[in-house]
Amino acid sequence: MAFTLTINGEARTADVDGDTPLLWVLRDTLGLLGAKFGCGAALCGACTVHIDGFPVRSCVTPVRRIGTKAITTIEGVGATPVGAKVQEAWKTIDVPQCGYCQAGQIMSATALLNAKSQPTDEDIDAAMDGNLCRCTTYLRIREAIKVAAGQKGV
Amino acid sequence: MDGEILRDPTRRFVLQSGAAVGGGLLFSFTVAAESQAAAAAMFNAYVRIGPDGGVTIASKIPEVGQGIKTAMPMLIAEELDVEWSAVTVEQALADFKTYGRQVAGGSMATTLEYDGFRRVGATVRALLIAAAAQSWKVAPETLTTEPGFVVHAASKRRVAYGELAGEAAKLTPPDPKTLALKDPKAFRIIGQSHKSQNLDAITTGQPLYGIDVRVPGMLFATFAKAPVYAAKVAAVDLAPAKAVKGVKDAFVIEGGTNLQGLMPGVAVIADTWWAARKGRNALEIQWADHPTAAQSTAAFAAKAAALAKGPAQRVDYADGDVDAALKGAVKVVSAAYSYPFIAHANLEPQNCTASVKDGKVEIWAPTQNPEPGRKLVAAALNVPEEAITIHLIRGGGGFGRRLNNDYMVEAAAIAAKAGVPVQLIWTREDDIQHDFYRPGAWHNFTAGLDAAGKVVAWNDHFVSFGEGTTFAPSAGFNASQFPGRAIDNYRLEVSVMPLGVPTGPLRAPGNNAFGFVLQSFTDELALAAGKDPVDFRRELLGEPRLLGKPGERDSFHTGRMRGVVDKVAQMSGWGRKLPKGSGLGVSCHYSHLGYVAVVMQVTVKDGALKIDKVWTAADVGRQIINPKGADQQMQGSILDAISSTLRQEITFEGGAAVQSNFGDFQLLRMSEAPPIEVAYVLSDNNPTGLGEPAYPPAPAALCNAIFAATGKRIRSLPIGDQLA
Ligand code: FES
Ligand code: FES
Repeated sequence: MAFTLTINGEARTADVDGDTPLLWVLRDTLGLLGAKFGCGAALCGACTVHIDGFPVRSCVTPVRRIGTKAITTIEGVGATPVGAKVQEAWKTIDVPQCGYCQAGQIMSATALLNAKSQPTDEDIDAAMDGNLCRCTTYLRIREAIKVAAGQKGV
Repeated sequence: MDGEILRDPTRRFVLQSGAAVGGGLLFSFTVAAESQAAAAAMFNAYVRIGPDGGVTIASKIPEVGQGIKTAMPMLIAEELDVEWSAVTVEQALADFKTYGRQVAGGSMATTLEYDGFRRVGATVRALLIAAAAQSWKVAPETLTTEPGFVVHAASKRRVAYGELAGEAAKLTPPDPKTLALKDPKAFRIIGQSHKSQNLDAITTGQPLYGIDVRVPGMLFATFAKAPVYAAKVAAVDLAPAKAVKGVKDAFVIEGGTNLQGLMPGVAVIADTWWAARKGRNALEIQWADHPTAAQSTAAFAAKAAALAKGPAQRVDYADGDVDAALKGAVKVVSAAYSYPFIAHANLEPQNCTASVKDGKVEIWAPTQNPEPGRKLVAAALNVPEEAITIHLIRGGGGFGRRLNNDYMVEAAAIAAKAGVPVQLIWTREDDIQHDFYRPGAWHNFTAGLDAAGKVVAWNDHFVSFGEGTTFAPSAGFNASQFPGRAIDNYRLEVSVMPLGVPTGPLRAPGNNAFGFVLQSFTDELALAAGKDPVDFRRELLGEPRLLGKPGERDSFHTGRMRGVVDKVAQMSGWGRKLPKGSGLGVSCHYSHLGYVAVVMQVTVKDGALKIDKVWTAADVGRQIINPKGADQQMQGSILDAISSTLRQEITFEGGAAVQSNFGDFQLLRMSEAPPIEVAYVLSDNNPTGLGEPAYPPAPAALCNAIFAATGKRIRSLPIGDQLA
């Protein structure tokens, strides 16, 4: 069945089964490869996108549940002021190691800063604890969030 | 500019002598980039210089997050004498004939290539100088370089590398051995921090990884293997899978019995990966009986306990007379240690893309070690090795998992049978349940102390896996581990039992567990001797001297270890009084030619552990190539070790792994990552790698700190709920 999705401000149509997780619609049907597959079970955060601004695990989000809500992916988040700041901070701090988790980390961090522009360490823990990084870049992720929030110079 | 998003592979470094490149088009590439590449002068397999002075350097080692794609090109750029900003790095093809060893493993790239890569850069610089000398008709000795320019000081002339490149590349290169390398004092790139490659692509979600590869006409595949390793498919009805919308085909792959090779299973091919997975879930596969089904974690533990009681099967190493020394000891301390199997759990599940056409095989693989994969594919498909092209794709984590190439041969076999290019992606469950696990083992220690608290005897009955005198992969132990050779009476006894579960190297193989047992038991001995743990280690290390033969990989310099122990003691304020419930623990371990000491401070309150802070000092020679990259590896290794020490364990029931995803195989989280202070002790030794050596000392530093805080000695990993 055909679904019309709003992704990064554009209408995109995908002819897929309604139970197909958004992650695979993005990756295999629409060719948006930024969201990553890590676990398929909402356990790692690698597939995080925004739906109406909220961070969502796209690997367990059936496409039929999205309706007209606005989807933002790592490819489009740079067009938002906070997303751009977060991406810039990630580069300044040189956060990634293998980099595979980082699209999801950036999406979660952006959602955090959108909700709370001056997060505490506890806020950062709470917002980011569901995003696993096997390379354990956590120390730099924390630093980069603080840089993006303007709490820390570089 | 970002050096490498997946695009046309023909743009990459391929020598005429190298493997032929097939036509697989990856994404669109800009014509400008292609024509620029065509105009650029190719000096050798590593360096290309464009007319605009842009330098492209090939990185031959696979990148899996260890930062090699920054560090190795830095060595070339330094001696070539260019601005780092003028450099673009591209990943080289897997091409053994051209590049030799292309392995991301053993922290060996720095060790093996430090001088060689510098000479690659120096050779190109010499050619550029020679070209300038010819055109100016002056002696090459009168010329020098400034970044990107050849300079004739006497006549105040200078010419850009880009202008010389075309001519220079035609000249005969000098013998690299005759070239003088830079005085390290003149380094401008080495020793400065440079950022990771592909930062733009990573942060904006551009295609970069194995699962991002797209080849025209490609389909997606899942591959179901038996939960019991290498069990064959007894019966399967493929119709339910084929009935799923989007599924194009489903078939059995016979497979063999080699745990490192192509194993039996059922492949499902579809136009999306989700459809392939749905098709697979629709299958009911009956697996044939297999003897490994009799193996389990409980059975291993029972057998290990029985082996530990009896006399050892063999003695692998003995110095002095351990039995006599134990009899004469004033105090005898015994303790049994163990650690579990653990999985690598790269965040990117294993995957590979393959195309088999007209007798040619093209592979896009996130592998750490392509050549054994090439051999597996050649054997499985019955094609010559030369017919196989392997593109090295950035891996979403390595940790040793991708030194094996099972996913590569699976993708190739499936693509060959499907007749179309195929991208195989494992599920997370496949990944955790079909790993090459870090094997568990048991160490039964007995040591003797004299009246002065000196260790006079040390016996380790090591119980592990293997057959006869052969250990299962990565299940061995070598007696040269400190404090071996530092104690007069030292013996390593060994007993093994058979294993049908695949095992293999995981970050700092062997050492990742040895550091835990050796440095934890050393702590117990310090306590028994009534000595401070740092002082006790200093005494055990003794006078600065080399144990073993100079130049040998397992030789160990007590003075270098003493240096890092002293440094970390000073950094951490060792000996400080801490409130009740808090404690400091120290540990030190040598592996992969690196000496690393770690101190951790922990607080345990109502059974809840908090790691307050970590300090670490490393001696990896005279030069840290990329300081921030080095810190990343040190911190990453230690956090990785904390992660496994806290909770990780793979158990087996009925010959199959029990855990399957991040819910029951848990990784460290943001809130658990302590701050880590890193320092380097520079010593007059050749630079060596940093991807691994900081891991092994960390688990014991943590457990020793827990003991200092609580009096509870952790002798079996993971820590799990032992503090509750
Ligand atoms: S892939 Fe979606 S949370 Fe892991
Ligand atoms: S950078 Fe490798 S998983 Fe996060």
